[in-house]
Parts: sequence; structure tokens; C-alpha cells
Amino acid sequence: MAVTTKGVLRAIVLVVLGAYFILPLVAMAEFSTRGVGGARNFDSWTGIFADSDLTDSIIASVQLAVTSSLLMLVLLVPTMTWIRLRLPQLRRLVEFLCLLPVAIPAIVLVVGLAPLYAWVNYFLGYSSLTLTFVYTVLVLPFAYRAIDAGLSAIDLKTLAEAARSLGASWGTVLWRIVVPNIRTALLGASLLSVALVLGEFTIASLLNFDTLQPQVNLIGKRNAGLSIAVSLACLVFAFVLLFLLSYVGRRRRVTVADD
Amino acid sequence: MNQTRVARLIGVGALAVALTACGTPPPKEGAAGGTAAAAAKSAADFGGLDKLVEAAKKEGKLNVIALPPDWANYGEMLKAFEAKYDIKIDSAQPDGSSADEIKAAQQLKGGDRAPDVFDLGLNVAVANKDMFAPYKVATWDDIAVELKDADGRYYGDYGGFMSIGYDAGKVPAPTTVADLLKPEYGNKVALNGDPTQAGAAFTGVVMASIGSGGSADDIAPGVEFFKKLKQAGNFLPVDPSPASIESGQTPVVIDWDYTNAAQTAKLAGKVDWKTVVPSGAQVGAYYNQAINKDAPHPAAARLWQEFLYSDEGQNIYLKGLSRPVRLDAMVKSGKVDAAANAKLPKTEGKQVFQTQEQADKTKAVLTATWAQAVG
Amino acid sequence: MAWLVAVPFLAYVGVFLVYPTVLVLAGAFQDADGGFTLSNLTTLTGGVYLQAFWRSVELSALSALFGAVFGALLSWAVAVGNPEGLLRRTVVAGAGVLAQFGGVPLAFAFLATVGFQGFLTRFLRDTFGLDLFSGSAWIFELPGLTLVYTFFQIPLMVIVFLPALDGLRPQWREATESLGGSAWTYWRHVGGPILLSPFLGALLLLFANAFSAYATAAALVSQGSPIVPLQIRGFLTSEVLLGQENLGKALGLGMVVVVTIAMGLYALLQKRVSKWQ
Repeated sequence: MAVTTKGVLRAIVLVVLGAYFILPLVAMAEFSTRGVGGARNFDSWTGIFADSDLTDSIIASVQLAVTSSLLMLVLLVPTMTWIRLRLPQLRRLVEFLCLLPVAIPAIVLVVGLAPLYAWVNYFLGYSSLTLTFVYTVLVLPFAYRAIDAGLSAIDLKTLAEAARSLGASWGTVLWRIVVPNIRTALLGASLLSVALVLGEFTIASLLNFDTLQPQVNLIGKRNAGLSIAVSLACLVFAFVLLFLLSYVGRRRRVTVADD
Repeated sequence: MNQTRVARLIGVGALAVALTACGTPPPKEGAAGGTAAAAAKSAADFGGLDKLVEAAKKEGKLNVIALPPDWANYGEMLKAFEAKYDIKIDSAQPDGSSADEIKAAQQLKGGDRAPDVFDLGLNVAVANKDMFAPYKVATWDDIAVELKDADGRYYGDYGGFMSIGYDAGKVPAPTTVADLLKPEYGNKVALNGDPTQAGAAFTGVVMASIGSGGSADDIAPGVEFFKKLKQAGNFLPVDPSPASIESGQTPVVIDWDYTNAAQTAKLAGKVDWKTVVPSGAQVGAYYNQAINKDAPHPAAARLWQEFLYSDEGQNIYLKGLSRPVRLDAMVKSGKVDAAANAKLPKTEGKQVFQTQEQADKTKAVLTATWAQAVG
Repeated sequence: MAWLVAVPFLAYVGVFLVYPTVLVLAGAFQDADGGFTLSNLTTLTGGVYLQAFWRSVELSALSALFGAVFGALLSWAVAVGNPEGLLRRTVVAGAGVLAQFGGVPLAFAFLATVGFQGFLTRFLRDTFGLDLFSGSAWIFELPGLTLVYTFFQIPLMVIVFLPALDGLRPQWREATESLGGSAWTYWRHVGGPILLSPFLGALLLLFANAFSAYATAAALVSQGSPIVPLQIRGFLTSEVLLGQENLGKALGLGMVVVVTIAMGLYALLQKRVSKWQ
């Protein structure tokens, strides 16, 4: 390979920015394994499993991730399919509503959520799982885009008409025709939802729920090593999730490039 | 089509605005809500202390909030109560503020996890006294008149003076507030919170004010002091914690004397932590105990109060180097833990306690000027 | 009726998104008794709050600028490589993590690197005798916030701008070269103009993103409220200032206005961009 200006420039950019982003990860690994007198000490890491508040919050967050993704799918897939097939005039409204959360910062939303959640807690009892309702809303912009792209890539009208003319009910159309065909988009939307829920801090902390991120923040006040170990674990885990996502979306990218 | 849509949007909008008038949900008729225990105003209403203990044991649980274990020796207090009465204590949000306690009570209202009792700064206690159940403990008369609400909704439990804690191995001993401006304290002085947020940090600024020529009414010299501290490069806008003291990140901490003194014991051998109440600037305050009107465990809540105000409970506070509210009465009766009493940081001369009006006035001045001075 | 199917979704979004938003926006105009007032807004135009707004704007603009420039460079470095390759997958996944997931872990990563006991701090002190904090605790103020914000701004830029770079057809480059143009000609007359709209749009998006960001700043700054989101936090959690929620709502209204303007401009630019795709 010849050494071109472009090649050199590219190498410089990658090395410099690569170092910029890898340095903190290295720093976190180093900080969380500091022992006395320069030795390496893994107490911060083993401590993750010993801290029951932390493990409780991890479980709560994982549950939330699952429920939010499910609710998002249940809410969006039928609605978006229906809008495309029968109510195209609502499309702009639905798109606007799905993208609205982007214009409303979470810190502002939480101010209005506090009185609403007083009612939610009244009816459903106090549990961090009630955050599902808000998280599904937060996830809407990302999920909408992913599912919209998936629905655009299949010939929904033809498929639905064919199924209906063969006597399928709408439920069958949805469950046995639409869902299998947009599987990758659904998986992508779900993975994005999971990543977002696991990383959400603003609303959970200001509504005083004990999910993962508020717990990490609390730990940071009393045990720096442990909090940094958990943070590193979170980042690595999310990275693995999204890395796998890149393999899922492959088919989609091929179709677009051929335009 | 557009018109209908616009009309629909307006309709939704109007409905939404109307709904903003929705109030708070009605209180749940929980099991604890209407029982006799919740209405009891003193141990006598139970038929004596033994009956109170019985009722509390039957409830079996107590929810407390915002009680850090090394704050006024609450760690020992919680353990002693659990051991003595075999009642399990659930300690939520140990790092919470007084405002967090009230918020939690409002959010968890009617549920089994709502806090039963509160330990609040005076400001928050006065503002929310409708949330508290009146209850007078057995030792009610020992509490000074100015430290209790006439109906028994809230009253002082322990207090202390604002102090300067310092690592004797790293910095010279300060005697006055002005000493902290010296270059030896470069990048070392931390205040125990944001004074526009936390009552304790606010009192820290009042102490700085009095030490810089101000008074309980005038907080401007205090704000000016922190401005100078920041310009000298001595001020660290970091929340101190036991971890930050141990790691050497915050070698000087302005905090309550009992909190600083607790660190001396905890870090003995690692850090030579000393506490001093600066001469000429002795600002004190008492925290206040209150019972949640909608406490899920009303009998246990009242028993907890009785325990805190008993000689045993007050001496536990004293061991944590805070000043229990019944200190004078206990010294007179001889029931005080003399050894612990001797260890209290010395204070001589004028002691200043802000009244509610002085606090309100100075808070207004602080919030208007703090960010510019220190931001 | 076909409408019925859409009702669950609309009702859900109405309750959990529109209603809280209306509460905040309406509350900005209410005083403590619920009557209409403009006093909350007038308070905001003075002193501390105005300063916080300016600082938020400054922080968002600076971090957006750094993020846009370096993010664009990184996007370019990735776009010219293998679209299925490991580099691209790694960078895109990493960008997704930092941009959307960052928050609290990012603040701790920052502290682990340049905090008082940080890896880099210690290294510089032990090797070069350089004390990062001789002047002040800058990491908790605007310089520090700007630095840590670039950690999610650059990745966000990559996410948003990479598709635009992907849209540059190699045929255009070939055409320029076959007509005798150099790399500079290409960028000046073809690539640059095409990328200008997406770049500006991304810049706006980054600005809005930084302006709304809360988690990282909240985890990093425990004292003081230099920027608007932290001011709002103050209103919700303070035990010194009581009963000022409507002022906090007015701050929220201000934030929504700023973000909406930025996003509106972004949407306009997006319309222009779609011409080329």
C-alpha cells in the first residue's frame, strides 16, 4: 500500500482520537485496581457483587429495560403498521409525537412528572418498575426511526392485502406477517431501548427511584474505586450490546447502498 | 382534514391545561391511617410506656430516612434500638437531605415504605409542620421552650456548632475563620455542601460571616469571605466525605462539630483529624425530630421518639459528640455520660443561634449573591 | 372505526409526555396560588439565572463546535474504510455507547482520568512535576464541563454525520478527478457544499444535546449550579430554598424554547439535505 497524504492524515486522526477515547478507559481500569504501594487490588471489582444495594439496583434496571422494550414494541408496532395501512393522515402526528421527546429535555420532563407519579404510585404502589411508562416515552424517537426504517423496507401493503384476502385476521397479519419481516428492525429498536434504560439517570434520580445509575452516583460519594469499577463495567457492557447490534442491522445497510 | 386536526389539538391542549388543576391523590386508607396509635399524643394515650412498647413490637418495623451512620452516632442509635426492642429498622437514603425526607414522605404516602420519622433542619420542619403528628415524649419538660413546637409536632433532638475540621498533618491549626485565607490552605478548604441547597452548608456561611464581622442578621461578610477564599485559590467546590478526607482530597472541612469529630475517631491512625470551633464565631443549630402523620408504623415511630429522648438515647447522641437537647437537664440529674461530655469540642463566649426570621432574611441575600461570588 | 387502533398510543403519549410537558409550561406562568403571572419569567432575566443560561449556551456551543469538528474528522477516517470492517463497527458501537449511555459513568471516567487522584493527574505530577490544579478546581467549572462534554459530543457527531459521509458517492470523486481536479477541488466544490447542510444540522443537534444534558454534570458537580439543568436540580432538591417550583418550571420553559429553536433549525436543514439522498 502506498503512503498517501490521505492515508497519513487518516492514521493521525485515528491515533489521536483513539488515544483520546481510550485513555479514560485505561484510567478507569487503573483507578479501580489501585492497591497499597503500587500493587494491583481487585477488591473494587469483587465488591460489586458484595454490595446488595448495587445488585438490587442492577436487577431493577434490567427488569425495567425488559418491560420498557416490551411496552415500546406493543405500543409502536401495531400503531405504526395501522397508520401505514389505514390511517396515513395520522402519520405526521404520530411522527411528531414520537420525536417530541427529543425537544423536551429529561430534566424538564421530570419536573412535570413528579405530580403525575404521585398518582401512578397511588394506583400501582411504589416500585421502580413504574418508570417503565416514562422510559417507553424516552425511547420513542430511537424506536420510531428503527421501526419506520424496517417497515419502509418491506412492501407492507401488498403483504397485508395478500394475507387479508387469504382470510387472515388483523392479529395474524401483525403477528405472523409483519413482525417476522421486520425482525431486525425490532431487535435494533429493542437493543437501543435496553441501552438507553440502563444508562438513564436524570428521571430515576430526581423521582427518587433506586435504579442502576442513581446507585452508581451514590456509591461515587463514598467509595470511588467501586463506583469507577461499576462505571467501567456499564460502559463495556453497553459497548458489547451495541457492537452486536451492528451485526444485526447488516441486511438493511446493503439495501440502502444500492439506490 | 387540517381543520379537524387543529380543532382536535386545541381540544387536547385545553383538556391538558384543565388537568393541570388536578391536585394530589387522596391519601390511601392504609391500615395505619386511622388507628388509635396514629392519634396518640403521648405515651399515656397508649396506657403507659409498656403498652407503647407492646404496640410497637407488634408493628415490628420502623422506616427511617436520611440518617447516615456516622452522623451524631446514628449508627449506634439504630443498632441499640433494634437490639433493645427487637424491631427491624429500614434505613433509606442515608445521604438524603431534609428536603429529600419530605419528598419521600409525599411520594410514598399511604404505602408501607413511607418514612415513619424525620430528622430535619429547622427550616424544613417549620415549613412542613402540617405533615407531622403531635406527640410529646415522656421527657418533654426537659426540652427548652425555644427548641420545641408548642403542640409537639417537632422539637430539637441534638445540635452542634459549626466547626473547622482539619488534617493536622497537612495544615497548620486554624483558630479563626480568617486563618483559612492564608496560603498554607491553598486548594484545601471544602464546605460541606452547597449553601443554596443544604441547610448545614448554609450555616457554614453564617459562621464565616460572624467570623468576618457579620452577625446572625447579616450574611454578606460570609459570602465575601468565600469570594476571597476562592480568589486566593483556597476554596474547593467539592462535597467532602469520609472517603475524600481519607484520600487527602479535602484536608480542611467546614462542617458540624459532631460530624468532624466523628471523623477523628473513624480515621484514627490514618489521618490526624482535629476539630475546632473558631473563637468569636460560634454558630449553633439543632436538628428536629418529627413523626409522620401518615406513618405506616405509628407506634414504632413514637417508641423511637421515646428512645431518642431517653437518657440512653441522648447519651448515644452525646457519644457522637453532638449536644443532646436535654444535656443541661441530664447534667443536673447526673445521668449524663460524663466521659463523653468532657470530649465535646470546647466553646467559650457568645453562642449564636439564628431565629427563623434571621434565617429567612439571610437566605434571600445568600441566594441572590452566592453564585456570583463563588461561581 | 379505524381510529380506535390509534387511540391507545395517542392516549399513552398524551398522559406520559404531553401532560407533564403542559404542567411545566403552564406552571411557568403560575404563581404560588395558581394565578397567572409573568413574575417567574422576569426573575429569570436577571442575575444568577441569566448567567446560568449564558453559561449553558457557552458550554453547549463550545462543546458542539469541538464535537462537530473532531467528530467530522473521525467520521471521515471511518467512512473511507471498509463499511463492514472491524474499525467501523467498533467506532459506531463505541459512539453509540458514549453518546446515549454516557451520563454518570462518563463523569466517573473523567474523574478517574483528570480528577484529583486521577491517572493522568498522578502521571503528570510524578513524571513532570506538573500540577493540573495549581490554579483552581477547574474540572468542576466550565472548562472541565466542556472537556467532559466533548466525550459524548464527538461520538454523537459520528453517529449523525457518518450517514452524510456515506452519501458521498465515489462516482462524484472519480468524476472530479477525471475532469482534472485535485483533492482540494473536490472538497471545495463538490464535497464541501454537499456536506455543509448536514454539518450545520449536526452542529445544531449537538448544541441541543449539550444544552439538555443533565446526568454527566449532575454526577460531576456537587456544589454550585453553573448551568441551567443544575439550577433546575437545585429547585427540586434544595432544603434552603423552599416553595419555588414555579421558578424551576419557568427555567424549564426557557430550556424547551432554546432546544425547540435549535431542533427546528435542524429540521429545516434536514429538508435541504434530503435533496441529495
